[in-house]
Amino acid sequence: MIGALGRWVGRHAHAAVSSAGRLARQPFGTILSVLVMGLTIALPLGLNLLVQNMRSATGNFSGAIGISVYLHQDVTDDKAEQLAANARARSGVARVQLITATAALEQFRKESGFGAALQALGSNPLPGVLSITPTPEGASPAAVEGLRRYLAAWPEVDSVQLDGEWVARFSAILEVLRRVLLLAAVLFGAGVVAVVGNTIRLEIQNRRPEIEVTKLVGGSNALVRRPFLYTGALYGLVSALTAWLVIAIALQLLQPPVAQLAQAYGSHFRLAGPTLQEVGIVLGAGTFLGWLGALLAASHHLAGIEPGAL
Amino acid sequence: MIYFDRVAKRYANGREALSAVSLRITPGEMVFLTGRSGAGKSTVLKLIALLERPTRGQVIVNGENTGKLPNRKVPAFRRRIGVVFQDHRLLMDRPVFDNVALPLLVADASLREVGKRVRAALDQVGLLGKEQLRPTELSVGEQQRVGIARAIVSRPPLLIADEPTGNLDPVLAGEVMSLFKRLNEVGVTILVATHDVHFVRESGLREIVLESGVVAGSEESLPLPPLQAHR
Repeated sequence: MIGALGRWVGRHAHAAVSSAGRLARQPFGTILSVLVMGLTIALPLGLNLLVQNMRSATGNFSGAIGISVYLHQDVTDDKAEQLAANARARSGVARVQLITATAALEQFRKESGFGAALQALGSNPLPGVLSITPTPEGASPAAVEGLRRYLAAWPEVDSVQLDGEWVARFSAILEVLRRVLLLAAVLFGAGVVAVVGNTIRLEIQNRRPEIEVTKLVGGSNALVRRPFLYTGALYGLVSALTAWLVIAIALQLLQPPVAQLAQAYGSHFRLAGPTLQEVGIVLGAGTFLGWLGALLAASHHLAGIEPGAL
Repeated sequence: MIYFDRVAKRYANGREALSAVSLRITPGEMVFLTGRSGAGKSTVLKLIALLERPTRGQVIVNGENTGKLPNRKVPAFRRRIGVVFQDHRLLMDRPVFDNVALPLLVADASLREVGKRVRAALDQVGLLGKEQLRPTELSVGEQQRVGIARAIVSRPPLLIADEPTGNLDPVLAGEVMSLFKRLNEVGVTILVATHDVHFVRESGLREIVLESGVVAGSEESLPLPPLQAHR
């Protein structure tokens, strides 16, 4: 039992080691294939990091989303106070700042220099305004829109204006990007399978004499196929590692200018790299895709090789 | 050991290589298969090694009816037959050791066993000490002997050879033939397809002559040997 297990481990180890040795003996071809696949994997990974970083960056901007509620001119300051209290009670609202018509007039008089002209008007032309900041959870486009409709339905409200609407639009664009990313990941994954499959197909052609002799001396299909599966899995793993290497270099290059940009906006935003879990998942997925490509190619092409000529 | 009963083989291109071959080789025999080119010698060997299956008739080798052996059992069947080629079919990019070890690795032998047996096989063909050389560094005669070492390394009860001396000068050919004789003396059943009529006559061993797809001088049906039960 132990012996059988030992032999099983032994022959798989032998297949793995000889596959690795074979790749190392033809470095140029191996590097080319690995680069093609590494960059193929790096593209969706890079896009993913970009989207994640943009989300966290705009997350910082959720304070920029605001709603200005303009009241009718005949709404008294007392009534305005009451409306502000109502707004504060609403969920999804972080802060409500009331600028009463009186306060607005006072401010305008002081800051605009048109104080004398206003005096001539007799009545106050400025409306009361509620300046509402949503909570981070209430800052999603749908929540903000819901809040806008709720406020617009009040009879005392003249008009409701959204500030920082671009942030909401931007996060909608990010959502589209995330979908594109999923699609890209699937397509590029299929690309890896195809590249490995083609590489293994060529390898099988190159090693045809060896395969024929191996089958002739009684090698089973599984035995003949095994080193090719290891080669494929190894290709996938090394390509995934290459992809992360490319991403790591790109992050290092982008970090300083991004930090500078963020500083210009008074932010301490830094580019976030992948988590350890993400790295692990991609390495696993790369290995699997490589193995799959090799399996498809080997199953298809090895069946056709029989030691016919004597 | 080998039993052909009225065997016909027609290839996919329509050529009928064998029309009705009946022959029998008993365990421990050494037999020559002769005939002109195109008489069907290679086809007989291919049918024995299960590189081809018969179109009609029965081929029974090592107790297995090759026409009925399921594909998954073919590898195990082939492991019990050693094959020597005219062009030796060595892997030129691998050392002698790897070439000879191939049948053992395929059969899952332990590494210690592989080393021991490879050296024993190379000793038998007189090439001990050349394990690490590449076939390209050897002479033609030595390459052929490596091919023989590979065929006998897993100690198959049956050895078949297709024109093993075809590319060799008479001296080297004589060496290879006497090597086969020595193997036969230790109990290996051997079938050699050859043009080398001179050596055949001199050896005094049995000769089966093929003539355009039939065995010359005998077409009677032979009694069936016992068959292996299929699991």
